[in-house]
Amino acid sequence: MTNTPANAKRTVGWMGIHRGHQARPLEWLAEKFIFLVSLTAILMVFLIFVFVAREALPLVLGKMNSAAARPVIAAKEMDKLKPEELRTYLGLTAAEFKQLDKEALQALMEVREEEAKEAPKDKDATLNTTEWRYLFQPHQWSDSRPEDRYVWQPIGRIHKYNLMPLIIGSLKTTAVALLFSVPLALAAALYVSQLASPTMKEWLKPAIELLSGVPSVVLGFFALMVLASFLQGVFGYQSRLNAFVAGIALGLAVIPVVFSIAEDALTSVPRAYTQAALALGASKWQAAWQIVLPAAAPGVFAAVVLGFGRAIGETMVVLMASGNASIMSFSLFDSTRSITATIAAELAEAVFGGHHYRILFLIGAMLFVVTFLTNLAGDLIMHRLKGRLEGKAK
Amino acid sequence: MTATDAKASRLDFRSRGFDFASFAFTGITGLATLFILAILAIIIANIVWHGWGTFSWRFLTGSADQDMFDVNKAGVLPMVIGTALRVLVMTIVVVPVGVITAVYLTEYAHSTALTTRVIRGAVNNLAGVPSIVFGLFGLGFFISFIGRGLDGGAAEPLWGKPAIVWASLTLSVMTLPLVIVATEESLRAITPGLREASLALGATKLETIIKIVLPEALPGILTGGILAVGRAGGEVAPILFTGAAYYMRDLPHSLTDQFMDLGYHVFILSTQSPDIEKTRPILFATVLALLLLTLSLNLVAVIVRARVRKRMRASH
Repeated sequence: MTNTPANAKRTVGWMGIHRGHQARPLEWLAEKFIFLVSLTAILMVFLIFVFVAREALPLVLGKMNSAAARPVIAAKEMDKLKPEELRTYLGLTAAEFKQLDKEALQALMEVREEEAKEAPKDKDATLNTTEWRYLFQPHQWSDSRPEDRYVWQPIGRIHKYNLMPLIIGSLKTTAVALLFSVPLALAAALYVSQLASPTMKEWLKPAIELLSGVPSVVLGFFALMVLASFLQGVFGYQSRLNAFVAGIALGLAVIPVVFSIAEDALTSVPRAYTQAALALGASKWQAAWQIVLPAAAPGVFAAVVLGFGRAIGETMVVLMASGNASIMSFSLFDSTRSITATIAAELAEAVFGGHHYRILFLIGAMLFVVTFLTNLAGDLIMHRLKGRLEGKAK
Repeated sequence: MTATDAKASRLDFRSRGFDFASFAFTGITGLATLFILAILAIIIANIVWHGWGTFSWRFLTGSADQDMFDVNKAGVLPMVIGTALRVLVMTIVVVPVGVITAVYLTEYAHSTALTTRVIRGAVNNLAGVPSIVFGLFGLGFFISFIGRGLDGGAAEPLWGKPAIVWASLTLSVMTLPLVIVATEESLRAITPGLREASLALGATKLETIIKIVLPEALPGILTGGILAVGRAGGEVAPILFTGAAYYMRDLPHSLTDQFMDLGYHVFILSTQSPDIEKTRPILFATVLALLLLTLSLNLVAVIVRARVRKRMRASH
C-alpha cells in the first residue's frame, strides 16, 4: 500500500480521537479531561476579578447614591409619576415593586416625606459621596475641621469615602517594609547562593524559607504584643502602633518572598560566569558583586516587585499593628490604616449591597488589579531572564 | 634565580595580604543571613517561653463554652476542630485539581505553546493575589452567587451564608498554586527513562502516568499537600467573611455551619480581649498551638522536598 497524503495525516477524525494507528477513546477522553481541569487556574483568576468587580460595578457606573437627604416628591403627586420613575424613587427592585399595591406605595412615599422633614439641613447632606471626586479629591466637609480635607468616615450621618488616607497608609507601610526587608533579603540571598558552602546552603535556604511558614496573624500578634513596645522604647515616638511598627512586621512577611526569588535568580546564573571571573584573579566577592549580581539584576528586580505585591496585599499584620486610624499623614510614626485592613475591619459591619459594601469591594478590586500587574511584570521579567541565561549557557 | 626567590614570588602570587573588601562583603551578607535567622528564632522562642506555662493537654482538649477569656477554664478544642475541618475539606478539593494540572503541564503540554504559558502565568498570578481579595471573592462568588443561587430565595438561607464549605473552597483556590508547583517539581525529577521504558513495554501514556509516574512522584505530591495545609491552617483573612465565627456554643455539625478557628481566635484575643493582661497566657498558648501546627507541617515539607531534590540531582 502506498502512502497517500490522505492516510499520512497524523490527525484523523473528530479532534484527533482516531490519532495513531489505533483508536483509544479512553485515552482521548482522559487527555481532554486533564486539559480541562488544568484550565481551573485560569478560570479562577478570571472569576476572582469578575466577582470582586461585579459587586463594585453599580458604584463605578454611578448607580449608587449615598446622600443622607434625597429629593422628595409629595405623596399627593404619586399619580403623576410613571411606574418606572416611582420604582427608582423608592429604591425598590422590580420584584418588590410588583408585590406592593397602591396603598403600600402611598405609605412608603409618606414615610419618605416624614424622613425628609427630620433630615439634617446641611449642605453636605444632599451630596452623593460615592462620586469619583469625593473618593479621590479633597473636600471641605461642613462638620469636620478645615485641616481634614481627606476623610474616610463611612459610619455617621454623612458617609465620607475619601480613599486617599487609605492609599497613603498602604504605601507608607509598604515602603517601610521594603526598605527593611529588601536589603536584608538580598544580602542573605547573595550569601547563600554565592558564598556559603553547599552543605551550609542546604541548611540555610530552608531555614530562611521557614519564615514564610509563620502565619501572618502570628506576625501581627508578635508586632502587637512584643515588637511595638520594644520599638517604642528604642525610638521613643508617641503612638505605640503606627506605620513604622506595621512596616517592620510586614517586612518579616516579605523577606522570604524576596529571598526565595532573588536566590533563585542568582543561582540560575551559569557557574561558568563565576569560574571565569575567579580564573582571571577576581576574589569571590568581586565575582559575586560585579559578575553574578549584574547578570541576575532583572531577577533581583522581579524579587523586589513581587515583594511589593506581597506587602501591599498583606492584611492581618497591618490590621493588628498599624493602629487603624485613618489619618491623612505622611509621618511614619502616626497611627495609620491600610486598604487591606479597612476591608477586613469594616466588611462584616457593612450592609449587604449598600454603598459602604460596594466601596470596600471597589478597593478590593483595585488591589487585585495592582497585584495582578506586579505579578505579571515579575513573572515576565523572570521568564525572560531565565531564557537569556539558559540561552547563553548553551 | 635562587630557590628563595622562586619561593617568594610564588608566595607573592598566592597571597595578596588581607583582602578587606572580601572580608567586609562576606561579613555583611553573612550577618544579614544571621539576622533573619535570629528574628525567626526570637519569635519562636518568645512564643514558646510565654505560652508553655498555659499550654497543656487540658488546654488543647478543653471546650470554650464556659468562658473563653478565663485562663483556668478556656480551651481551644472547638478552634482546633474548626481549623482541622476546613483544612481537610480544602485538601480533598485542592490536591486532585492541583495534581491533574501539574500532570498536564509536565506530561502533555508543549512547553512553548500559548495555552501552557497562560496556565503558568495564571498559576503564578494566583499565588500573588492578596489573601483579603480571596476573602472578597469567597463572599462575592461562593456565598452570594453560588450559595444564594442554591437557596433560590428561600427565607432561611442554608447555603447563602458563611460556612465551612465556602471557607474551604476559598482556601483551596488560594493554595492551588502551592500544590501545582510542588507536584510539578517532583514530576520533573523523575528520569525520562522510566517513562520511556514503560511506553516501550506497550503501556499507553495514561497507564504510564497512573502506574509509573504518579507513584514515583508521591513525595512531591505529599509536599504540596502539606505546604497547602500549613499555609491554609494559619490564614485568617480569607475566612473572615466566609465562615469563621467569633463564638459558637456547639461544635459544627455539618458543612453549612460556621466554625471557630485557631488563627481567627488569635486575632480576637489580641485585639478584642476584655482584659489583655489577664488573657495574655491564653493568647500565647493559642499562638503556640497554631505555630506548632503550621511550622511542623512546613518542616516536614522541607525535609521531604530536600529528599526529592537530592534524588533529582542524583538522577540527572
